[in-house]
Amino acid sequence: MDTLISFDGLGELLALPFVQNALVACAVLGLVAGLLTPLIVARGMAFAVHGTAELAFTGGAAALLTGFAVGIGAVAGAVLAGLVFGVLGLRHRERDSVIGVVLAFGLGLGVLMLALYDGRASNKFGLLTGSIVAVDSTNIIVLAVVAVLVVGVLAVLYRPLLFASTDPDVAVARGVPVRVLSLVFAVLIGLTTALAVPIVGAILVLSVMIAPGAAAAQVTASPVRATLLAVLFAEVSLVGGTILSLAPGLPVSGYVAALAFACYLGCRVVASVRARVPAARSS
Amino acid sequence: MTAPTTTSRITTPALSLRGAQVRMGGRTLWDGLDLDIAPGEFVAVLGPNGSGKTTLVRVLLGLVELARGEVRIGGRPARRGAPEIGYVPQQKALDPDLPLRGRDLVGLGLDGHRLGLGIRGRRARRARVDAALAAVGGSGYADAPVGRLSGGEQQRLRVAQALVGDPAVLLCDEPLLSLDLAHQRTVTRLIDERRRAADTAVLFVTHEINPVLPMVDRVLYLVDGRFRIGPPSEVMTSAVLSELYRTDVDVLRLRDRLVVVGTEEHAHCDDPLVGEEPA
Repeated sequence: MDTLISFDGLGELLALPFVQNALVACAVLGLVAGLLTPLIVARGMAFAVHGTAELAFTGGAAALLTGFAVGIGAVAGAVLAGLVFGVLGLRHRERDSVIGVVLAFGLGLGVLMLALYDGRASNKFGLLTGSIVAVDSTNIIVLAVVAVLVVGVLAVLYRPLLFASTDPDVAVARGVPVRVLSLVFAVLIGLTTALAVPIVGAILVLSVMIAPGAAAAQVTASPVRATLLAVLFAEVSLVGGTILSLAPGLPVSGYVAALAFACYLGCRVVASVRARVPAARSS
Repeated sequence: MTAPTTTSRITTPALSLRGAQVRMGGRTLWDGLDLDIAPGEFVAVLGPNGSGKTTLVRVLLGLVELARGEVRIGGRPARRGAPEIGYVPQQKALDPDLPLRGRDLVGLGLDGHRLGLGIRGRRARRARVDAALAAVGGSGYADAPVGRLSGGEQQRLRVAQALVGDPAVLLCDEPLLSLDLAHQRTVTRLIDERRRAADTAVLFVTHEINPVLPMVDRVLYLVDGRFRIGPPSEVMTSAVLSELYRTDVDVLRLRDRLVVVGTEEHAHCDDPLVGEEPA
């Protein structure tokens, strides 16, 4: 246990520039992911996010192999994946199999490309499991730009997006361009996922893109409160996970995933306690 | 059967179809449809599956283009997102974990199509949503997750959602499907009260006329591209339905109910509005 939870020399570690970079990146990512995740949960898009993350990995691996910046490859892969899922899989039933097929192919392709790459091994591994060392100041600028973009798009399109995500039939009847919005949303997910991949890794993107929203949905049905809670959970997981990982020197993704899971578990407990109190329904 | 009291007034029809033809996948669903619905009038649309009832609703919503003819809502050509229209869909199972409360569902009916966050005017918005909830008796579960409500409660919210924007036309697409009798009565009563109080024109798609029979002014009966429009007493007869179905159909009156025999109504399949199949 000593090696898993440790705060030895945390003060000095926190003073390191790359650690501070990582914390800023995590805070920004937590905000963006937290804002998106209640809508992801409402749309039932957990698997699509997972697929998007795997294709961000493929894009990153392709960039590594061809000598491009990994981040750009990841963004390209994720946005492309988001668009493909958005176009091909608007119907729920079809969507799962489309994602499964594309995901498997992308993952295989990525593994192959990593095997062909003869550079540093930590570069390879970082894509899958994430690494805070991967965050440098360029990443932060890209992250900030994307954050401004996502927040801006949400500020303009939040109500139609919520309408289309929770009540698509009536949204269509009221003239909401549901199909266009699902493509816009797919791009937002793609961008955010691509930025999450270097930090938490392709495999564990779900812990920041799904878990906070799923946890919040357990304790509130109010979209606004769910969004605020999801941002809080995402921040706790990402920033807290990063801090916890510092002294033991272990991968950040494990801590982030554990904290996100703890938030989810806690919310489930609250929900089940409330369900036993008869008045809880009207709370 | 009350005759439409408003048709005598000289007024723009709330909804109007002229020589309307709809084609879907190379097939003509119906052609030459003329229909004016006056403010406050209640028109039921009946017919077997695939006769184009839901497609008619989609035409009025501006989601399907007419191949010929014209469609007007409140005197203006039908278009997507027309504010004059309120829409009540059929009841559908919702995810119990859907992060949406009853009041959010109703609120989306008011301004869910608008851009921006709508932070200004929040108080006025809340008052309107509360009033709409109270009008359908839904205040008690306004803050409950919609996915955990019963089908009847959900449909009350649907009525509130459709009415909160104060529409001149109410389009209802099988809103009673999968509701029990008591809830069917509540939902139809709410719609009927509203059209009397606010002169709202109602177009009500249903496969079962009895729940709405007391309030129906006219029936549009669609079968395989053939149709008949008129008061229930004129359309819901053995002779007219036999002609429409081109087979022997008997309409029996049992107390205050109509029983139609011989139309081979099959079990219903869902026709969600976003689907591509004509209903």
